[in-house]
Amino acid sequence: MTHALEQCGSGANFIFDSCQAIGHTMLKLFTSVGRLSVFIFHAVVSCFLPPYFGRLMVRQFIDIGYYSLPVIGMTTLFTGMVLALQSYTGFSRFNAESAIASVVVLSMTRELAPVLAGLMVAGRVGAAIAAEIGTMRVTEQIDALTTLSVSPFKYLIAPRVIAGTLMLPLLVLIGDAIGIFGGYVIAIHDLGFSAGSYLTQTWDMLETEDVMSGVYKAAAFGFIVSIMGCYHGFNSGRGAQGVGAATTYAVVSSSILILISNYLMTQIFFS
Amino acid sequence: MTDLKIQLKAVEKAFGKNHVLNGVDLDVPKGASTVIIGGSGSGKSVMLKCILGLIHPDRGSILVDGREVTHLGAKDRDETLRKFGMLFQSAALFDSLPVWENVAFGLIQGRRMDRKDAYKTAVEKLEAVGLNEDVGRRFPAELSGGMQKRVGLARAIAANPEIIFFDEPTTGLDPIMADVINDLIVKTVKDIGATALSITHDMASVRKIADYVAMIYKGKIVWSGPIDKLDNSGNEYVDQFINGRADGPITDEAVKEALGKTA
Ligand SMILES: Nc1ncnc2c1ncn2[C@@H]1O[C@H](COP(=O)(O)OP(=O)(O)OP(=O)(O)O)[C@@H](O)[C@H]1O
Ligand SMILES: [Mg+2]
Repeated sequence: MTHALEQCGSGANFIFDSCQAIGHTMLKLFTSVGRLSVFIFHAVVSCFLPPYFGRLMVRQFIDIGYYSLPVIGMTTLFTGMVLALQSYTGFSRFNAESAIASVVVLSMTRELAPVLAGLMVAGRVGAAIAAEIGTMRVTEQIDALTTLSVSPFKYLIAPRVIAGTLMLPLLVLIGDAIGIFGGYVIAIHDLGFSAGSYLTQTWDMLETEDVMSGVYKAAAFGFIVSIMGCYHGFNSGRGAQGVGAATTYAVVSSSILILISNYLMTQIFFS
Repeated sequence: MTDLKIQLKAVEKAFGKNHVLNGVDLDVPKGASTVIIGGSGSGKSVMLKCILGLIHPDRGSILVDGREVTHLGAKDRDETLRKFGMLFQSAALFDSLPVWENVAFGLIQGRRMDRKDAYKTAVEKLEAVGLNEDVGRRFPAELSGGMQKRVGLARAIAANPEIIFFDEPTTGLDPIMADVINDLIVKTVKDIGATALSITHDMASVRKIADYVAMIYKGKIVWSGPIDKLDNSGNEYVDQFINGRADGPITDEAVKEALGKTA
């Protein structure tokens, strides 16, 4: 009898505990979503309001844009090459080798260049932003900015968000070209295409719409990467551990958001 | 009664379960130098940050020039912050900028001063803290801790603020340089007529720079008064602190632990 009661009690306890845990997690989730929204609103507003910090903006353009070129170039080059190789294995069975150029062009411009560039920049730039701003938070440099009457949003965050949003589309355009070039090199050297016919096929498949959809996606990804880097750095915990965690969160959250938003944008653009 | 520049009433602040400030009442007279003493971790730095609005107090009121500052909008807060200069305990220099630009930062970015004029001011202020123009061209990471502290001090006074906060200005300095800095603080208060609020553990510094002293313990001000009353305050906390005794009413966990180890 007592045994049964005890069991019943522990069962109720279990339900109660799990409800509490779920409630706690939900509350936490809502608070962080709310905090993030306020942060994004603040950041976007400060991108448009003076004062502008021109020097810092230029530095961020170089940091985020120029220095990401090698990474993006390598990524898209090899992706284009792999695409050509793989589609050849598939299509040669149906004597449909002529579709290789179109696979390379469409996949690169619509999906692979923006998504891969986004993910690579999340790793390179998002992490760097989170680490830099996180360190500034931990070493009280952000407090110091505030006491010197300079808004950290305008001085630190706006230049990074603007540079991220504008530079990633540019990087993706370059990535498109390099990726298509990669496919071309494989097609000519390994797959026995003639340069003329492959280029014609490529040119015929190249649509402004496809390229532009990739560019819009890139702008969105650039915004996501820079804002998540800033957000996690800005709210970094104390000490080196806090900065480390902020960096991880920045990369993970922006990568996931890139993949989710990519799906949503594909739905919108191509349906 | 003298004019009050800053007034704290029943200010409370907790970080989670850690109650750091438990009702701080403090009057900071205008144009004088007030020094706060108290054990490590007693909430001195947090108190300064509450006044600056870098940390939001949970309860209580803070008046600067008679105006409530705990719930200011962005614009009013900016206006209020322009009255302040702050030396952070960790110096908090911008490591991406050369030293001179650190000192001139508030002038160039905050007040839109011409870079050339700002440079001149920066060099002047650096000289006032015993650093030459050469140091101005280096980066903060290339300086020793004490030098960084002095750069932080130069930055705090660069815009000739009405109110200056010094969080442990002489910690990490040799006794001679500490004295130079003490003189500088006294001079700044006298010359510009600034109001200074300093935190220090260094009793020699207290005696040199303070007009008024307040002692904080467990998140409360347990004693405050003019410097000449410090030695006969009749307050056992103050007596223990200024004489640096391990036994007395102050039984911090840290002190206890240290006693346990030596016993
Ligand atoms: N941002 C923060 N988040 C959480 N806790 C904090 C924060 N800032 C300070 N604290 C806590 O508040 C307490 C008081 O810290 P504070 O820096 O004010 O001490 P202090 O009196 O300046 O000591 P010291 O003389 O060593 O500088 C400490 O227990 C510290 O852990
Ligand atoms: Mg402190």
